[in-house]
Amino acid sequence: MFGPIGHPPYGILTPMTETAVRTETEPPAGTAPAVETFGLRKVYGDRVAVEDLTLRVEEGEVFGFLGPNGAGKTTSVKMLMGLVRPTSGTARLLGRPLGDRAARAKIGFLPEMFRFHDWLTGEELLDIHGQLYGMSRAHRQRRIPEVLELVGLSHAGRQRVRTYSKGMQQRIGLAQALLNEPRLVFLDEPTSALDPIGRRDVRDIILRLRAAGMTVFLNSHLLSEVESVSDRVAIINHGRVAAIGPMADLLRRDLTVELRLSAVDPELLDDLGRLVHIEHVDGHERPTVVARVPDEETIARAVDLLVARGVRVYGVMPERRTLEQVFLDVVEKEGGKAE
Amino acid sequence: MKALVIARLTFREALQRKLIWGVLALSLVFVALYAFGFHLLVREWNEMQARRPADGGGSILTYEIFASSMVMLGLYTVNFLAGIMTIFAAVGAIASEIDSGTLHAIIPKPLARWELVLGKYLGYAGMLVVYIAIMVGSVMLTARLIGSYTPPNIIQGMLLIVLVAMILLSLTMLGSTIFSTIANGVIVFMLYGMAMTGGLVEQIGTVLSNQTMINIGIATSILLPSDSMWRLASYVVQPQIAISFTGPNPLGTTVPPSATAVQYAIAYCLILLLGAMLVFRRRDL
Repeated sequence: MFGPIGHPPYGILTPMTETAVRTETEPPAGTAPAVETFGLRKVYGDRVAVEDLTLRVEEGEVFGFLGPNGAGKTTSVKMLMGLVRPTSGTARLLGRPLGDRAARAKIGFLPEMFRFHDWLTGEELLDIHGQLYGMSRAHRQRRIPEVLELVGLSHAGRQRVRTYSKGMQQRIGLAQALLNEPRLVFLDEPTSALDPIGRRDVRDIILRLRAAGMTVFLNSHLLSEVESVSDRVAIINHGRVAAIGPMADLLRRDLTVELRLSAVDPELLDDLGRLVHIEHVDGHERPTVVARVPDEETIARAVDLLVARGVRVYGVMPERRTLEQVFLDVVEKEGGKAE
Repeated sequence: MKALVIARLTFREALQRKLIWGVLALSLVFVALYAFGFHLLVREWNEMQARRPADGGGSILTYEIFASSMVMLGLYTVNFLAGIMTIFAAVGAIASEIDSGTLHAIIPKPLARWELVLGKYLGYAGMLVVYIAIMVGSVMLTARLIGSYTPPNIIQGMLLIVLVAMILLSLTMLGSTIFSTIANGVIVFMLYGMAMTGGLVEQIGTVLSNQTMINIGIATSILLPSDSMWRLASYVVQPQIAISFTGPNPLGTTVPPSATAVQYAIAYCLILLLGAMLVFRRRDL
């Protein structure tokens, strides 16, 4: 009645898509993307929570998953974690269909609101989670002190979770997510309850996980945090991927550049305006031109043009963009509200 | 098997609940009062017996009838407390854990959703079996030690009380996969009350030979067979003389439910449990 052990918890979405995925050549273990989604969609009644989520996360990268409130981030993660049934679309984790038992044993998850039976001690809680992961007693006994140490709770393993502060509860949640030495870990707002020191600790842990080759799917509101650890980023808006790419590329798109020049005249500005979007010109002596450029290459071409016209270039200052600015640009361009 | 991990956790968790300790405290008070009551009965009876030769007349009443009624009252209370405990323990089994978010870290683990439902069921069932065994044992020991009376078929009676608890547990678990904790509590208690009332109506119908009333009783016991299984339990633990003497009454019956009714009740448990697994399998958290 429930299918063989290891059957996905709920059947497969659209049979056609599933077949299409299955007929792709099965990638050999270890080379499949860690996360792959194809048109994941979730509709609650007449409210569309996730419109169409299609993305790919390679093994070994730290992937930042961003979006304004209500963009569908949490629902997306819940679909991947088997908490919510997609309305349509399909996904694969570690090359296996959603719900695959063997894949789940290799995946860790820290839910946004980590709550557990708080009458257990930290060690008991981890022991039960270890049993649910299917870890042997010996493996649990070795691993529990390790993860407690990793999250800085070695001193509190014998205390009841009820007595933990919010930050400690988040840490024990993180320990729970890393207990099974996962290949892929989903962290949903892992630092929401942490103070600045705790945030730095978590950032360091994420960097250590990456160094160990683990794939980290990081869902966070804290853009600076995502910016400091992520290799690639997706920005979700209105239930779709609005922007996705390597962090470095996203930060260098649509740059603003400040040029300090010896002199400008209307004709020069006209020509320059064909290359870049001039926002304003300040000053007469050594005027400063502030312009928007689509990429770094355009800056080089603008400088070539100026030099060719005999203008002396005293300074080229590309503005260092933050992920926050990229995020606001993407979300506001789409008419979404970044709340 | 992962379901057993959940079962152990559920059992331990149930013991953390204040409500459960409330029922246990109540049970302790009950056992004490019960032993005291039985003691009074024995004393009265002995006094009555001592007076009898002076009256010169015999009585058609035997001690067995009184002692058996006491046992039945005791078991009825055990049955009722076990029913309340079942509903209180399991009313939020799934719903409250969805609300609190504790399931969010458990469902993504490599275990099937049905294993979670089964594990919780087994955990609660284990707790209830222990509770019922201790309570039925207390009633029987009281009857034996204080009343020098041993009721017949006490094991069968106990198993039937366990069956009553399992019926209520299946219903409560199924409800918990569909409704919120409070809605589920209201619905299960209403059905539980309805089954009891239905059983009462059936007994009155038997006295009045009113087929409509009997049919109402049958209909409610199909909807929720908890009361009919209790009546069967009360029937098997009484000697025939006590049943004939008492006749149809609010707590017992003169017409025991059939073997088919028992099979139906067992099937009822299994089907509702499967239903809970199927509903939860599709549930969004």
